[in-house]
Amino acid sequence: MSRLLIDGVARDVDADEATPLLWVLRDTFGLVGTKYGCGIAACGACTVLLDGRPVRSCVVPLAQASGKKIVTIEGAGAVPAWPALREAWIAEQVPQCGYCQAGMLMASVALLEAKPNPADSDIDAAITNICRCGTYPRVRKAIYRAAARLAKG
Amino acid sequence: MAAAGAPKSRVRRRLLIAAGLAGGAFAVGGWLFYHERDRLRRPDALAARPGEHAFNAWLRIDAGGTVTVQVPRQEMGQGITTALPLLVAEELDCALEMVRFEQAPVDAVYANATMLADAVPFRPDDHGWLAGFARLTQYKFAELLGVQATGGSSSVRDAWLVMRHAGAAARAMLVAAAAKRWNADGGECRTENGAVIHASSGRRLGYGELAQDAAHLRPPSQVSLKDPQHFRLLGKPQPRLDVPAKSDGSARFGIDVRLPGILYAAIVHCPVFGGALQSFNSERAKASPGVKAVLELPPTSTTAAAVAVVADGWWRAKTALAALDIKWHEGPHAALDSARQRETYLKMLESAGRVYEEIGATEDAFRTSSKTIDATYEVPYLAHATMEPMNATALVKDGRCEIWVGNQAPTLVKWFAAKAANLPSEAVAVHTPFLGGGFGRRAEMDVVVEAAAIAARLPGVPVQLVWSREEDIQHDVYRPMAMARLRCALDANGAIAAWHHRIVGQSCTQGLTARLLPAAASDLMKDKTMAEGAYDLPYAMPNRRVEHVLAREPVPVGYWRSVGHSYNAFFVECFLDEAAHAAKRDPYEYRRAMLANAPRQRRVLEVAAKKAGWGTPLTARPGGRAGRGIALAESFHSIVAQVAEVEIEASGALKVRRVVCAIDCGQAINPDTVAAQMESGIVFGLSAALHGEITLKAGRVAQSNFPDYDMVRMADCPAIEVEIVASGWEHLGGVGEPGTPPIAPAVANALFAATGKRVRRLPIRLA
Repeated sequence: MSRLLIDGVARDVDADEATPLLWVLRDTFGLVGTKYGCGIAACGACTVLLDGRPVRSCVVPLAQASGKKIVTIEGAGAVPAWPALREAWIAEQVPQCGYCQAGMLMASVALLEAKPNPADSDIDAAITNICRCGTYPRVRKAIYRAAARLAKG
Repeated sequence: MAAAGAPKSRVRRRLLIAAGLAGGAFAVGGWLFYHERDRLRRPDALAARPGEHAFNAWLRIDAGGTVTVQVPRQEMGQGITTALPLLVAEELDCALEMVRFEQAPVDAVYANATMLADAVPFRPDDHGWLAGFARLTQYKFAELLGVQATGGSSSVRDAWLVMRHAGAAARAMLVAAAAKRWNADGGECRTENGAVIHASSGRRLGYGELAQDAAHLRPPSQVSLKDPQHFRLLGKPQPRLDVPAKSDGSARFGIDVRLPGILYAAIVHCPVFGGALQSFNSERAKASPGVKAVLELPPTSTTAAAVAVVADGWWRAKTALAALDIKWHEGPHAALDSARQRETYLKMLESAGRVYEEIGATEDAFRTSSKTIDATYEVPYLAHATMEPMNATALVKDGRCEIWVGNQAPTLVKWFAAKAANLPSEAVAVHTPFLGGGFGRRAEMDVVVEAAAIAARLPGVPVQLVWSREEDIQHDVYRPMAMARLRCALDANGAIAAWHHRIVGQSCTQGLTARLLPAAASDLMKDKTMAEGAYDLPYAMPNRRVEHVLAREPVPVGYWRSVGHSYNAFFVECFLDEAAHAAKRDPYEYRRAMLANAPRQRRVLEVAAKKAGWGTPLTARPGGRAGRGIALAESFHSIVAQVAEVEIEASGALKVRRVVCAIDCGQAINPDTVAAQMESGIVFGLSAALHGEITLKAGRVAQSNFPDYDMVRMADCPAIEVEIVASGWEHLGGVGEPGTPPIAPAVANALFAATGKRVRRLPIRLA
């Protein structure tokens, strides 16, 4: 039995400790906002925050997540930079098919929390997620828009 | 077993009946004339909903005035769940904020006849009687067949009249209901922002207040559509209706379906195309924690031999696959190898193929020409790699099947799920959530057939089948590997006197037919998609011959964003650059000169060149070399030109810095979506140009996941600027695919400008 702190709620799960966090979120708890894309940490669709840092939940074993604060897209509202980011996302009309967007948003919100005023090179380094629809230019614009909004306070 | 055989033949029988009826239609001349109003239909396709009133098969209005529009096409990122409701809202005179969208149910009224009419092998600009007759016949055939499908960048063109008619008819009924209540004449009323207004008295009734009365009125026999100059919504950027849910993780895709008691299935397919199952250890897998069933899935026309494990969580099912210890019969194709296939194609380039276009006397012109050039081009197989891996969820219970699947052809889902579950198609209900990418991949029925077959063996239990990314990459229907030999003869002025383009590759349409209706697949099919972008060029040339040599390979091929255009634009636009270079002419001016009688195409080319600063100096960073390249491609009734700026950095790395794109899609329904689709098509095509390659070794796909089938990411994504060139609503074209074809040649031509090195093979390898 492992105890997880997901989006501020303590939850117990009875699963093999090697089970990736992604599948516990999706299949055990029905938190399906976090997506499966590759299973090998190559695409970022499954990005969640673990103690504030972005991680790829498809390769984070349960054992490693237990006892840490997990934030998923469902609980992203609790992250201070979130409202500005979501607003910017809609203003820039970022999503297309939308499948990778939860991961993009989680990577972006983590970036803004760490660097409220990111440069192009920070965005390039932090957003390594794959989007097959090619929303990258709009993701970049939305991050800048959110950063500007956060700077205004 | 007659009962088991019946559903199997049902699909075929239906297609044959439809084909027979379409043939009979030739005799009924008047029937061939098409009336949009026929497609409005009574609202019987829609289930009754408390508090909502259906006006026709396309829209309902509730007492609060909210308009629910049925969207007959599937949302895979192209913005169709906003574009089509906009057509209704425009004619209905209501704000987009009052509109909701719903995926339309499966019904023949929602068939996409335009997509099939586009498939006839005539040039899009051929408006002669034969081409027109072929299109109309195909259109009527498609209507009869009633296939609801999303593809060929056809959705807006197909919906353009019928969904505006649907809105206009509902508006007329609302006006009539208001006039009746006021005891006034309808002519004294106008509509504005979701309300009917009585002009002289200023009285006003919202659509919600009128909906119940209005929906019961007889639909008007004649409705007039707005003059486009009075459009308030169409042509202006509108926020997409699906964006809020896709900006907070609440949007639901097929893979997100969760049902009480749901089980999850993982699957492994025979790694070699055409192989079969030899043996596996079911007991060991069954002993794994959470495993409920281990199922063998024999191959069908749509699916490969496979074994599935069903468990209480997908990870457990996936983990148990490793315990199966499967032995495969590799079958006749175990020696399949890309290098050998390449040699075969090179030989095939020597023999004549089926002619798709013949202008003038091409060979005579070559014989008399003093200067000729030739080159061989090639592209590899490509996987779709939609971000949402293949999946479907099915429940078979009490003689019914319910299936949830992101798909591009719900009618086919209904037929093929029925066949796999051994039920009549009437017993199947299809739910289509958002698609996590489509690009042609989700027009295939493999995952549907597998999920329904698995669910049929576990009655009463909903089962979600999810393919791993590895299965997705290794068991796709691939964009065909293709090769082309191009030759051209130049006259004394350097202009093209003759052009010969011979393509070798498999046929996507033949492949799809072989999967869906094996009896109908034939080498005789003239598949225009393999020569599109080659036989329908806008450039004036006095002599031209375009041929396609049909390759037969056991590799499944299918439609991949922009289909034949995805490689023919690369072949044609790069070789045109070679011709310009041989003629010592500027590549932009060289193209422009051949477009004197193609004003729309010429204008698009000019807009892209001007915006990109064509002809102005381009500087590279220290130690680097920079260059610009241009390409033009017309596809799916839209014209796109792109200028790419590339730099070979001091490190030797290739960087695409900026792409300028001009598009003429007639007129943009939602300009922001058109821009987004151009950005999308460019990044998709750039991923293929820089990284995409599926190769075969020992009968297997050598790649398996994103590290060896990589994509453009944020750091490599160029700045993209889009300019929309308006040419009128009568020229409506698609936007989902046309952004893709020009990018590879624009980049390859820019690379030549920067380095003098000519790229004739994708993906681009600098070494």
